[in-house]
Amino acid sequence: MDADRLRETYRLMLLARRYDEEAVRLQRQGELVAFPPMSGQEAAQVASVLALSPADMVFPSYRELGVAVGRGVDMTGYMLAFRGAWNGGLYDCRRNRFAPMASSVGSHLLHAVGWAMGARLDGRDEVAIVYFGEGATSEGDASEAFNFAGVFRAPVVFFCQNNGWAISVPAERQSAGEIWRRGEAFGFPGVRVDGGDAEAVFAATSAAAERARRGEGPTLIEALTHRFGPHSTADDDTRYRERAEVETARRNDPLGRLRARLAASGVPDSWFSDAEDEARLAVSELRASLAAAENPPAVEMFDFVYAAPPPALALQRSQLEELLGPDA
Amino acid sequence: MPEKLFRAALREALLEEMERDEKIFLIGEDIGVFGGAYRVTEGLLDRFGAMRVVDAPIAEEAIVGCAIGAAMSGLRPVVEMMTVNFSLLAFDQVVQNAAKIRYMFGGETTVPLVMRLPGGAGHQLSSQHSHSFEVLYGFIPGLLVVSPTTPEDAKGLLKSAIRTDNPVMFMESMSLYNLRGEVPDGDYTTPIGEAAVRRSGRDVTIVGVSRQAVLAGIAAQRLEEEDVDAEWIDLRSIRPLDWKTLGDSVKRTGRCLVIEEGWPTYGVGAEIAAGLQERCFDYLDAPVARLGGAEVPMPYAKDLERAAIPSVDDIVRQALRLVGKKAPAAV
Ligand SMILES: Cc1ncc(C[n+]2csc(CCOP(=O)(O)OP(=O)(O)O)c2C)c(N)n1
Ligand SMILES: [Mg+2]
Repeated sequence: MDADRLRETYRLMLLARRYDEEAVRLQRQGELVAFPPMSGQEAAQVASVLALSPADMVFPSYRELGVAVGRGVDMTGYMLAFRGAWNGGLYDCRRNRFAPMASSVGSHLLHAVGWAMGARLDGRDEVAIVYFGEGATSEGDASEAFNFAGVFRAPVVFFCQNNGWAISVPAERQSAGEIWRRGEAFGFPGVRVDGGDAEAVFAATSAAAERARRGEGPTLIEALTHRFGPHSTADDDTRYRERAEVETARRNDPLGRLRARLAASGVPDSWFSDAEDEARLAVSELRASLAAAENPPAVEMFDFVYAAPPPALALQRSQLEELLGPDA
Repeated sequence: MPEKLFRAALREALLEEMERDEKIFLIGEDIGVFGGAYRVTEGLLDRFGAMRVVDAPIAEEAIVGCAIGAAMSGLRPVVEMMTVNFSLLAFDQVVQNAAKIRYMFGGETTVPLVMRLPGGAGHQLSSQHSHSFEVLYGFIPGLLVVSPTTPEDAKGLLKSAIRTDNPVMFMESMSLYNLRGEVPDGDYTTPIGEAAVRRSGRDVTIVGVSRQAVLAGIAAQRLEEEDVDAEWIDLRSIRPLDWKTLGDSVKRTGRCLVIEEGWPTYGVGAEIAAGLQERCFDYLDAPVARLGGAEVPMPYAKDLERAAIPSVDDIVRQALRLVGKKAPAAV
């Protein structure tokens, strides 16, 4: 990674961290329904997505705020998903090349493989990358996705963030083997990287994307990371894990590591405080735009079920409209 | 009788049954240290150890498939699906195996499996986490499907579910976990296959499925103010249906309204309406009415979600229409 790119990575990681912290605050204040924080996973998320080309397609799980920031996804639209303003995110999936968040654990690995196979069939030079946790690798869907990708040499990058926990279950209870080694069993390379090291993540993901682009098929990347916070704002992680573990992880904060690396290479303090100011401004803008965003009217629940609503559904819509009166 | 929470009643049933029979074990996601997503299994890991309270990897098909195997071997697994929605990943195991193994092997092998399935809407869990699948499982011969709505029945039905040699889909309405009610101490069971008449009345029978049975009760009370004497039935058992109780009631009232949270097309209400017109057509003074959720994926936004599932107001309005009274303006 050149110096510019490294600074850009830091800037985006910091932005992601501050958005993440803000989202937790917003949830505590009742502005968001629930939120799964990703603090601790910034290097894995931002550096990996920056290694792709803008046309490549991202399949996120629910914890990929950092990937979204790296992709430039509209944050208001992204966060509205957690406010329950609409039925999912209100960001532009196609323009951002950032698929709807997957909340059925493991389901989207298959979608990424299918997208990649489809893109190739369609003659588009695209790679798909799918983000998932170590817990998701237990699902049959994950193994089936690995197998399909191997057999069809799909241009896909499997990016597993092993943050040590799937809600209350530690990684060693999820799989008795090492996740990255599964690649070999399915006929493609697997690699393990330090997910707190932005440069290592960038290098591994670039190599995987290039390999896919050359038509050589998938790669499985296991990035070892830490989840600083609870599984989600609905969870209390003191019930199942030692504080010492979190403290150790925080001492190894990927953000701090990259900052030290940049400072050692001569980036001045003023640059870091500018980045902090920029993040603070972005966060206050997000807060304002979320507060200004309106919820949709109730009758909208019938829209988008079908391309063209069948008569019975159209009738239900008009009945509700009638019941609610002009406020609908 | 002591009052307890619905979730505590479930836990009590698990605890007492596990103490009674060593062949019973629990398996699910985050049911150990964490105590279950809805804290139903809290403390059971400490009590019974990790062999009998099994925290599984996130693999619903594996959980159910392995539970079926264990059940065939003579054990009595109680599966907790984190929510009913994830049971779809195990649907093949349930439909193709759990429900059929006894039949295909002439009764030689049984599958005494219980699947606890928290479900329903109302918590802003959005379209993929808010299903009501009573119908989906109620459709399958070989399964028993129950849905308690009081703490007393929660304990009694769970005990029955654990003791029967058939696979039981045990539907739990997430909204009821904090419901408080009287629960007898010690051992008792609530029979599977029996509806409960919770209030008798002359004018109209209101049948509620799962949590909607609770709303139906509130509606029945409200209808009193409108001079409508409603009979309130808590269905409790979706498969088999208690035609005797349903039929007897409708023969007296001549009118019936069925409420469910799930989609009404091909729903529990549809089945009950069809069955009642076959069984007591001559007694009916009006077509059987049914009310269900809006036929859309469950909306995420709070107002939309609220509008998508039947409310007490909706039930009162429908019941008044059914008995030929106009709803008052406030309703
Ligand atoms: C099919 C399915 N099963 C269970 C769940 C409940 N659930 C949501 S997140 C989660 C843990 C996932 O852990 P991991 O894959 O490691 O990702 P992380 O949360 O650590 O990012 C579980 C069990 C779900 N959403 N979908
Ligand atoms: Mg994890």
